[in-house]
Amino acid sequence: MTHVMACIDGSPQAAAVCDCSAWASKRLDAPLTLLHVLDRQQYPVSGDLSGIIGLGSREFLLQELATLDEKRAKLALEEGRMMLDSARQRAISAGVAQPECRQRHGDLVESLRDLQDETRLLVIGRQGEDSGDAIQHIGSQLENVIRTMQRPILVAPADFSAPQSVMLAFDGSATSRKGVEMLAGSPLFKGMPIHLVMVAADTADNQAQLENARGVLTAAGFNVEIAIRAGEVEPTLHAYQAEHGIDLLVMGAYGHSRIRQFFVGSTTTNMIRTTSTPLLLLR
Amino acid sequence: MLQSINQNWFSNIRGDVLSGLVVALALIPEAIAFSIIAGVDPRVGLYASFCIAVVIAFVGGRPGMISAATGAMALLMVTLVREHGLQYLLAATLLCGLLQIGAGYLRLGSLMRFVSRSVVTGFVNALAILIFMAQLPELTDVTWHVYAMTAAGLGIIYLFPYVPKLGKVLPSPLVCILSMTAVAMYFGLDIRTVADMGDLPDTLPVFLWPEVPLTFETLAIIFPYSAALAVVGLLESLMTATIVDDLTDTGSDKNRECKGQGVSNIVSGLFGGMAGCAMIGQSVINVKSGGRTRLSTLIAGVVLLLMVVFLSDWVGQIPMAALVAVMIMVSIGTFSWDSLRNLKRYPLSTNIVMVVTVVVVVFTHNLAYGVLAGVLLAAMFFANKVGHYLHIGSELDAACNQRTYRVVGQVFFSSSDKFTGAFDFKEALGKVTIDLSRAHFWDITAVAALDKVVIKFRREGTEVEVLGLNEASATIVDRFGVHDKPEAIDKLMSH
Repeated sequence: MTHVMACIDGSPQAAAVCDCSAWASKRLDAPLTLLHVLDRQQYPVSGDLSGIIGLGSREFLLQELATLDEKRAKLALEEGRMMLDSARQRAISAGVAQPECRQRHGDLVESLRDLQDETRLLVIGRQGEDSGDAIQHIGSQLENVIRTMQRPILVAPADFSAPQSVMLAFDGSATSRKGVEMLAGSPLFKGMPIHLVMVAADTADNQAQLENARGVLTAAGFNVEIAIRAGEVEPTLHAYQAEHGIDLLVMGAYGHSRIRQFFVGSTTTNMIRTTSTPLLLLR
Repeated sequence: MLQSINQNWFSNIRGDVLSGLVVALALIPEAIAFSIIAGVDPRVGLYASFCIAVVIAFVGGRPGMISAATGAMALLMVTLVREHGLQYLLAATLLCGLLQIGAGYLRLGSLMRFVSRSVVTGFVNALAILIFMAQLPELTDVTWHVYAMTAAGLGIIYLFPYVPKLGKVLPSPLVCILSMTAVAMYFGLDIRTVADMGDLPDTLPVFLWPEVPLTFETLAIIFPYSAALAVVGLLESLMTATIVDDLTDTGSDKNRECKGQGVSNIVSGLFGGMAGCAMIGQSVINVKSGGRTRLSTLIAGVVLLLMVVFLSDWVGQIPMAALVAVMIMVSIGTFSWDSLRNLKRYPLSTNIVMVVTVVVVVFTHNLAYGVLAGVLLAAMFFANKVGHYLHIGSELDAACNQRTYRVVGQVFFSSSDKFTGAFDFKEALGKVTIDLSRAHFWDITAVAALDKVVIKFRREGTEVEVLGLNEASATIVDRFGVHDKPEAIDKLMSH
């Protein structure tokens, strides 16, 4: 529960992930771990369609497959090392004292789950290396990662620059009240102005809740602005963000089941897709 | 959840579809050949292969493994079919499925750890020999045409892959069957074809309850067969799962596989198919052709049925000689040729276990007996070997006229005679000390041997003192609680 874990791969986002995690590591004063996962499922399988088995076919096939895997794994291991090395250089030049590099075999989601106990904050890019160039596309594994992890996740945008102000999407739910407490207790945003934004009807009840949250944050020494806006969640948040030049957004992630998401869609997925600033997701 | 569905089904679509096709083409001759071994219409084996492949794709524990009607199972059914008919076979298939599901819930899959590698090798070799022997009736009392066609078929199967370009994309068993059928039809040869062996499917399989009286007598007839089918089916399936695990370097859920085999056999029985299990040869072909996920198994089953139902007139024209050639290839591919080379390298006891497994199977035509014999023999050799880990040293203290025996090692049924024999009762002594603090007493035989030694000394008028008996006999207790407490085993082994 101590490390900032940064997921490094060969995607164009890796540099931003690296910068973003270096920033977080310095703010939190937590050691930075750069993680690269070697997932063999991603290797293509080639087949011999002759459909015969002859003398010693089984032994031969095992040899052949093992040799093939060995070659690919060696190459991938080497490539991963290089990615990690350059990420390490980048993190050091960004001022992180001793970034640690780790490489693991297996599935990304499983590996992150295994490392969850030592993770304080996970930093991951919006897209992986297989995602192609589509701008509005989010990586195939991202949602699974977010749903699996019980830790805050910082989704890095394509270009990262150190944020100056923060906006928290507040909806009065238990999750977002807990989010407020987490922000109040964390050194990550110390000294930055925080905007508490609620997309809801402007009722006395909602006002009271916002005031209450403001109280918590002010007590922790933050400079807090509050606002209630009516309208669709996503465009309203974006509009507010653009208006005030806010460069980091904090929100709760995937409050609903996959079944609901299938029919209704997910605010979290949409926000990840449309935002161009770093996004901190709280579980 | 979604991700695992994706992983298990759609992570390798191209490879799985192609390999599924290759496997489907190879399953047709096998299903027909195994039906003929069992003595039923080819229809029964083909329906079984379809049902089992499709159902196991969803419920099995090993993605990418191919299950269908198999030779190992067909051989067990021969007498049941001959004496009681098809309906009893269907009932036995249902019961076999139930037994396998039970085995899955009782987690009997973990019993596979008692099956040593040499027994597995023996099983595989015996299976290959049985498949080969089952082809011999097709090759006796026939005209020279059949021999010529079988030889030509084998030639095509093994040489066609060397044809540039085409060889790597067309499965050579298919080429063999097509060309042999064409030759037989063109020359109008009077040789046996698949249609002569019984009915082929002309419709999709339909649900039917076996027409057997639901009495105790029926149960008494089918139970021995069902039990043997269940055991052999699980053995072959779990062994094949291990082979596929090794080839693909991925894991499988063995208990789920047991239950899955049960469910697929029940479905097969209800749709007029015979019992089946995983197939070593086909699974290797599947992996070799690039199949990795459940999709390959499903495609194999569906394509098999579609081809057979819509092409049944053509399938009926396939000469048996072509099928024999394919089956000879399967038996050659199944046999572990490495095991012959290893005979020189491996210790004699290992070789004996392997050979005994093979011999017992070939004589009884029942793989379960072979495995049982192999496992028992392997256990005996192991007990014998561990029995050597016993050393008894002694020193004489002449001044006091007493001797101290120090026992180090394992004392149990196989080493208790050695234990008793190490004491010199003829020596006239005032006192004997037996130090057991570095020995392990594993069973009651060991304790009895110690009692005997003590009594013998006392009869000679020697006083006996036994040291460290409590520590030594701690191993007799059946449960040490080792699973809950890792330190328990340290404590046990340290004294």
